[in-house]
Amino acid sequence: MLTYFEFIQEYFPALLKGTVVTLEQTALGILVAVLVAVTMASMKMAPFFAIRWFGIAYIEVFRGTSLLVQMYWIFFVLPLFGITLEKFTAGFLAVGLNLGAYGAELVRGGIQAVPRGQYEAAVALGFSPFTRMRRIIFPQALLKMLPPWGNLLIELLKATALVALISVTDLMFMSKQINSTTFMSAQAFGTALIIYYIIARLIVTPGMRGLENRLARKLSIG
Amino acid sequence: MFDWKWDFTIEILPRLLDATVNTLIAAGLGYLIALIVGLIFALAQRTPLRSVTFIVRELVEFVRSTPLVLQIFFVFYVGPQIGIRLSPWTAGMIAIGLHYASYLSEVYRAGLDSVPKGQWEACSALNLSVRRTYAKIIIPQAIPAVIPGFGNYLIGIFKDTPLLSVIGVMELFQAANSIGAETYRFLEPYTLVGLIFLVISLPTAMFIRRFEDWVRGALGMKKLYAKD
Repeated sequence: MLTYFEFIQEYFPALLKGTVVTLEQTALGILVAVLVAVTMASMKMAPFFAIRWFGIAYIEVFRGTSLLVQMYWIFFVLPLFGITLEKFTAGFLAVGLNLGAYGAELVRGGIQAVPRGQYEAAVALGFSPFTRMRRIIFPQALLKMLPPWGNLLIELLKATALVALISVTDLMFMSKQINSTTFMSAQAFGTALIIYYIIARLIVTPGMRGLENRLARKLSIG
Repeated sequence: MFDWKWDFTIEILPRLLDATVNTLIAAGLGYLIALIVGLIFALAQRTPLRSVTFIVRELVEFVRSTPLVLQIFFVFYVGPQIGIRLSPWTAGMIAIGLHYASYLSEVYRAGLDSVPKGQWEACSALNLSVRRTYAKIIIPQAIPAVIPGFGNYLIGIFKDTPLLSVIGVMELFQAANSIGAETYRFLEPYTLVGLIFLVISLPTAMFIRRFEDWVRGALGMKKLYAKD
């Protein structure tokens, strides 16, 4: 039996490789999620019934079913419709599409939380609808929704662990593989748990807090 | 290309519905564990013992920031390593129960914190016992604030039950996997699983909103969704 120190020496490179894939999946997943969130929130607030309906349906379907089911559907069923995705792509796409649906509600909530007076002032000052959104409404909404987005990004990071189930070689996958060759379960899974915790607490949370402070300074509040 | 087979659909539907029962049992049992352990976690963070508060706080943070699927593997495989053999069901229930307990402990905490400080002070001014303070004053006012959180996590735990399939718990998703492995058909089983999830989670979400309004009404508070 290896000691924990020897275990780390032996398997750290493999775990590190997995961590890099997890970070890639997380970064690409965030990209997809943000795009989906903004698009779907805009659709849900659109003045036309058909567009609004599509936004609502998207959000309800993706929030109403499991990410794992969606991922398998994208990976195993979409090829039957002629769309074959590589497992890496299917992985972050599923994660982004799913978390994006949750993000859409945050975007909508943030925009609706901006006081009406701000709209009225922008209209009174003769801003075009686009400038009104870009310069007045959205920056304030963004500041309001950054804290819940911080939580959502941690959910997203955790969600990327599921891509291991379609054989993307992320941190989860590596720890599973190490476990099946060494049977040192506590060490393999425990180390992976700690790495996930470190990414969440030392990268995602402080990163979001930094972003929040920068935006608050830019809007010169607080 | 697109070839949905209805006779195949009819054939596998009973099997999937049977497995749905297991999914509901897993979600219910896991939620029950989460409700009880979550309350313990929340109360442990209100004790005057600094070290207990600190340890529980860190534990909750750790569990909340790491993937559930990894925790399920951890519980299932580490048990035998230290001489405890757990069945997939037991390991799954422990993992999912503890995971959601740490989420629910935050809901409990937020609920208790949402009651204005003046209410506590009034209770001590009126010399009410700790029990009566909680039972008659604090908890009734905290309830409307916690219903959305509890409701969301109830649906959340339900949607996370497919993760139990990774250690072989025979729930809905695992049933679809077996059907796929036996018949090489994935379109119908996975689509049906998605639909079954949708058919259960959407009405539940609606019911929770109704319930929140009903409670608010019963406590003489303003309704939130009455126009829906």
